[in-house]
Amino acid sequence: MTLASVTEHVRSGMTVGVGGWGSRRKPMAMVRELLRSDVDDLTLVTFGGPEVGLLCAAGKVRRVIYGFVSLDSIPLDPHFRAAREAGRIEATEYDEGMFVAALRAGANRLSFLPTRAGLESDVMTMNPHLRTVASPYDDEVYVAVPAVRPDISLIHLNRSDPLGNGQFLGPDPYFDDLFAMASDKTLLSVEKIVSTAELTATERSTSLLVSRMFVNGVIETPRGAHFTSCDPDYGRDEEFQRHYAASAQDEESWQRFRETFLAGDEASYHEAVREFHGVYA
Amino acid sequence: MKATRAEVCIAACSDAWRGSGEVLAHAVGTIPAISARLARLTHSPELVLSDGECHFLADALPLGATGTVEGWAPFGRIFDILATGRRHSMMGASQLDRFGNQNISLIGDWRRPKRQLIGMRGAPGNTVNHRTDYWVSRHSPRVFVDRVDVVSGVGNDRARAHPSPALRFHDLGVVVTDLAVLDYAADGRLKVRSLHPGVTADDVRAGTGFDLEFAGAAETRLPDERELELIRTVLDPAGARDREVRS
Repeated sequence: MTLASVTEHVRSGMTVGVGGWGSRRKPMAMVRELLRSDVDDLTLVTFGGPEVGLLCAAGKVRRVIYGFVSLDSIPLDPHFRAAREAGRIEATEYDEGMFVAALRAGANRLSFLPTRAGLESDVMTMNPHLRTVASPYDDEVYVAVPAVRPDISLIHLNRSDPLGNGQFLGPDPYFDDLFAMASDKTLLSVEKIVSTAELTATERSTSLLVSRMFVNGVIETPRGAHFTSCDPDYGRDEEFQRHYAASAQDEESWQRFRETFLAGDEASYHEAVREFHGVYA
Repeated sequence: MKATRAEVCIAACSDAWRGSGEVLAHAVGTIPAISARLARLTHSPELVLSDGECHFLADALPLGATGTVEGWAPFGRIFDILATGRRHSMMGASQLDRFGNQNISLIGDWRRPKRQLIGMRGAPGNTVNHRTDYWVSRHSPRVFVDRVDVVSGVGNDRARAHPSPALRFHDLGVVVTDLAVLDYAADGRLKVRSLHPGVTADDVRAGTGFDLEFAGAAETRLPDERELELIRTVLDPAGARDREVRS
């Protein structure tokens, strides 16, 4: 499928899972496609990075369910911070382990999973919907983390075949396989689509973590995680990320950033990034 | 050259890992990361070090260096590991109260924060699963407050008030700051264990928003020759420690 068809699947009001982790292997090309669309009122489920900031800045976010929102080398996304401080978005802030439990419960089609994490912390205060559950075997009490099942998840991997068998080549799969299993639908974007045989020609089969069973569409979109990292294909574009964060500081700089990078299609985005780095085709 | 304040802090943090055994050292911040490596090279060779991402390191090397990898633990595994209890954290704190309740989430009201900070991260899970220490690079009344705005890391008062045995692994150890080493009295409140050389009780009082017990406070030990050599030539030749703690 093409990048443009992302919006045939992602509709306003949906709960959208986003793979990757912080500023690492985020499906940024698909996120940029959402920015070009009129999709809004989204609930994001994510170990958040710049996708949260960009979608918040575009006014497309109603709620974020998150383990954290960070740009890694920059502790917090400035647009997310601004949206939180202005009260423009609802926040479901979980302990990171609770966040994983919520996804696992969703993937297992359970109503909840128990965790010790969260007990006696203000995660319980900040999320009044949370309940505890008593063990039927002893006197222990746990947090019953309710399942999260996204309507659709967006994930980005290094390679896949045309059927949607996805491959991670970097050091960490993050939670992309879990997102795919916990969601009603999943769209996979990759750096490169190759033949099924080519996937394991030089790589171990243990890199094939995302099965076509859990993928509804594949999009080849080179540098589709930019400006986040996509090891080993490319690292994070730190210089551009700093520019993104600095541009968020005031309306005028942000307007300029949008006009320069986000006003056109994916090809013109990458062209503008090359120009930003002083590389002229 | 005599030990700098940063080096005193590293030695004090290193002592915090003493006796933890064969567990994963989770160290947030420059001084804690150097201290875990120092502990590994001196009194705690069994300590497991991480690159802070997904690899366990066979050798204690300078910050940022990987060397030989002895294990793979991507982020998804970390939550399984901390649930086993075989982990010991030294985290930062934006706010800490007298019972060791820690806040890294936000300042103000959670419904509409005055200042959104980094969020809960793993603090709720860490504090109820295994030993947790705190490192505070600037001891001030803004950090040591009467009441934290949000409890991310669970303090002794809350843990003890919990009615079920589910919190039996809660274990707050020490709080190391740029002025002193604090630990907890039998009633669960912070007290002063030692003052760093050149620091007075009044300095610590001025930096703390609640009353502290100083009875029995010693002077924090100086790093020995070997520790200084390891810090200066092996672990932090670039002097990253001086950017976190000024002498």
